[in-house]
Amino acid sequence: MVGLNSPPAGAGSSDAGSVKTVPDAVIRLAGNSQDGIQTIGGFLARLAGRSDQDVMTYMTIPSTISGGPSIFQVRMGTGEILSAGDQADFLVAFYQHSYEEHINSLRAGGVLVYDSDHVKPNPDDRRFTAVGIPITSRTVEAVGGAGKDKGKNIFVLGLIARAFNLESEKLRDLVTARFGGRSEDIVRNALLAFDAGYALPVENLLGHCYRFDRKPRPAGRPQVTMDGNTALGYGLLAAGVRYGAGYPITPWSSIMEMLRTELPKYGGTFVQAEDELSAVSHALGFAYAGHLAVTGSSGPGLSLKMEALGWGVMAEMPLIVINIQRGGPSTGMPTNVEQSDLMQAIYGSHGDAPRVVLAPRDVEDCFYIALEAGRIAREYSTPVIILSDQALATRIEAFEEPDLKKLLADPKPDLAPRGADYKPYPLGGATRHAPPGARIASGVYPVVSGLEHDEMGHPTGSPVLHQKMTAKRRDKIKRLGAALPVPEVYGDPEGDVLLVGWGSTFGPAREAMARLRSDGVKAGQIHLRHLHPLPPGLDEILRRYREVLVVEMNDEGLYGFGQLATLLRARYANPAIRSITKTDGLTFKVSEIVEGIGRHLAFGKLRDIPVQR
Amino acid sequence: MSTAATVPNSAAPSRPGPPAGDSARPPLTKKVLTADHPTWCPGCGDFAVLAAFYRVLEKLQYPHENIVTFAGIGCSSRFPYFVNTHGGHFIHGRSLPFAAGISLGRDDLHVFAFGGDGDGFSIGGNHLVHTARKNVRLTYVIMDNFVYGLTKKQTSPTSPVGFKSKTDPTGAIDQPINPMRALLNSGASFIARSHATQVNHMIEMMERAARHDGFSVVEILSECVEFYAGAFDAGNPRKGGAFRTIELKKNDGTPEDAARHDPTDEVAALRLALEPWPGPFGVFYEITRPTKNRLEAELVARTREKTKGATDLDLLQASFARLR
Repeated sequence: MVGLNSPPAGAGSSDAGSVKTVPDAVIRLAGNSQDGIQTIGGFLARLAGRSDQDVMTYMTIPSTISGGPSIFQVRMGTGEILSAGDQADFLVAFYQHSYEEHINSLRAGGVLVYDSDHVKPNPDDRRFTAVGIPITSRTVEAVGGAGKDKGKNIFVLGLIARAFNLESEKLRDLVTARFGGRSEDIVRNALLAFDAGYALPVENLLGHCYRFDRKPRPAGRPQVTMDGNTALGYGLLAAGVRYGAGYPITPWSSIMEMLRTELPKYGGTFVQAEDELSAVSHALGFAYAGHLAVTGSSGPGLSLKMEALGWGVMAEMPLIVINIQRGGPSTGMPTNVEQSDLMQAIYGSHGDAPRVVLAPRDVEDCFYIALEAGRIAREYSTPVIILSDQALATRIEAFEEPDLKKLLADPKPDLAPRGADYKPYPLGGATRHAPPGARIASGVYPVVSGLEHDEMGHPTGSPVLHQKMTAKRRDKIKRLGAALPVPEVYGDPEGDVLLVGWGSTFGPAREAMARLRSDGVKAGQIHLRHLHPLPPGLDEILRRYREVLVVEMNDEGLYGFGQLATLLRARYANPAIRSITKTDGLTFKVSEIVEGIGRHLAFGKLRDIPVQR
Repeated sequence: MSTAATVPNSAAPSRPGPPAGDSARPPLTKKVLTADHPTWCPGCGDFAVLAAFYRVLEKLQYPHENIVTFAGIGCSSRFPYFVNTHGGHFIHGRSLPFAAGISLGRDDLHVFAFGGDGDGFSIGGNHLVHTARKNVRLTYVIMDNFVYGLTKKQTSPTSPVGFKSKTDPTGAIDQPINPMRALLNSGASFIARSHATQVNHMIEMMERAARHDGFSVVEILSECVEFYAGAFDAGNPRKGGAFRTIELKKNDGTPEDAARHDPTDEVAALRLALEPWPGPFGVFYEITRPTKNRLEAELVARTREKTKGATDLDLLQASFARLR
């Protein structure tokens, strides 16, 4: 990884003496959750987005009600940033426990800034440049007041702004905008803290300061900066979702909070239901009434929705269901990441209940996948599950502002009168739901049922019809599968190793693939956004590599394969498919994937090829 | 939403009525409203409820395509198949949140939910409480037969102590739910009770429920002749019982009016609910309080006042501009 003390990216890009130019830097802030480190992490991410830089954040949140150790990591710089970074270049430790817990995540040669009011670093540890600053007392001094240390996060923001030559005016604007709604005192104190941090001649302590390599981004739309749940929420609004229902559960809740605030502006509503079963039932009621509706949850909540989801499949109702995955089973690790709901998303519920499952690959994709889910739900009259995860939900990235004018979908229900030949479930054609309010010329009104039914929706016990209707529901999903794009192959189009990922493993897997290639391994990568149905052309892609390694954050199970790997083996019967899995509740580090590949290859055909630096 | 004529109601403003005009439409008749032949057992009380419901729709004359009938699971929940309107059959116990979604999503519709005692008081009990609490505008008809019939005679949440069923062969031991008391506790704004042998009374109760602006519930004792024959004879004069109806206050200042029931008096309603079996029939409780439909509409109106007629595109673009 390129870091602070790495050689400059190109000749002449480094100032001699006091300023070092770096392509990117990983800054880790370690403290307690009530210190507002998420807030300043967010400011840094927003600033990077505004300055046309690439940025990605990573955070851990304790599942306690208030307080507890917490970190926020920002990787910002120029060029494409795909992961939040395995190791930090710059660590700010607010407390002794922060120091002890995180000092080993700082790379050798990195910079440790610690609050000398609280932290006593090990004097024998000479791996890093250690700088002690009395952050707490300096903040108190700057803000005045009665010795409260509120504002030390903003002090540190000023410090970082100076160390990295960030645009301090833009940061001051962000601080003012953030606190401006409260009171003038709060803004004034925040700016005092910021200025005090910014005034500290940190370059003297470090021996230099830094500047990000300036590479002008190709002209385009401005960048926007947000977390994955926010992007998903706006994607739903753009997709034409105006109605939804949910029940609070971490990390899904922030989407329902946002929709409850936003939807009334658009003439819609979001219902906080009494439980998950009621939430999905409300959403299906909205769908029946002609709206594109959403419900969502996290792992255990999705399980509770499963019966109603079976109805949605049987009744062929368009619906978007969001699942922000977390560590499971049961309450599990509610503030940690896992990708262990794939099987439940595809096969949960009872009976043969084919439905669509999509997974966004990064924050930007959270927006676009909601649009795609909306299109599929409408066109194929089916429930669509979006599988995001805790890491994607909470991390912040900058991306090009979408062309909203072009993308915005019409939310109006289709209440046009239906002709005399209208059938809700035609065996020879696509299901098109007629919501109430639509007149039916024949005068015969359709029933929508969870019982097996005939073409008019009336219940039937006919063995022939059950078989035909089961096939109808399956074939429409297969038709969607055939119409999907063939996955793009990154890296080598054929060769030794293909990495296959889904969801938030996209970035680290891509970096791991690049690292393999730089070590001379012929490596490729594909990333599946469409998990059910699988896209066409996959079989042929998988056969072009000697090893196919599926990277996913779930357990290898009883038979040694992760959930997607199991599905791919079942689908393609390709013995080259194997798994790299883990369940520590944290996102994949690039090095973990590289080591995982090494473990497989050590026993395989490629044992002579070095894969680790 | 139309502004057409509404029929006055003693305690609550009415829901929007049918649109005026459109004389080209044929009237809604039982013939038009009849769909599949009911699959109920001969002699089932639900036949009479269905006949009464046709009559209610004939009286209300809502636009045909704006009527929605939905149900959960159970014998009585087959109801929507026998009524030719938009409608359907959802899952066990969840007809209310589903119907609430329809009602909150589309204020122009007239939403009716049907179900039995298992659907309403057992598996769906929590939804009954919350739909009532939120006062979602819809009408819920519970055909209470004190037994699980579709699954062939198991104890239901309203089965009396001592009732012998396949799950309680020596007699039920758990205290049953008192539906009127449960509904009063949950905060429903219209609560009535009727008996499937009393067709005119059922029509009156269901019509009043339909016109009520809020969450309205009618419990109808509807006999299961297969598995609990004679359960409701005590309320059927033809079987030697007494069908005692609740006389509502007329506020006419007469001395006899003092003895009549004030349907806005929750405590008086609770006293009626606690009367010994078979108890009285009629409107127990009826009050006016804001519906969730109205409160949500007001929230939308207030919010849109602030955004000053911004289009969806304006709003979304403004949100993204703030995230630059």
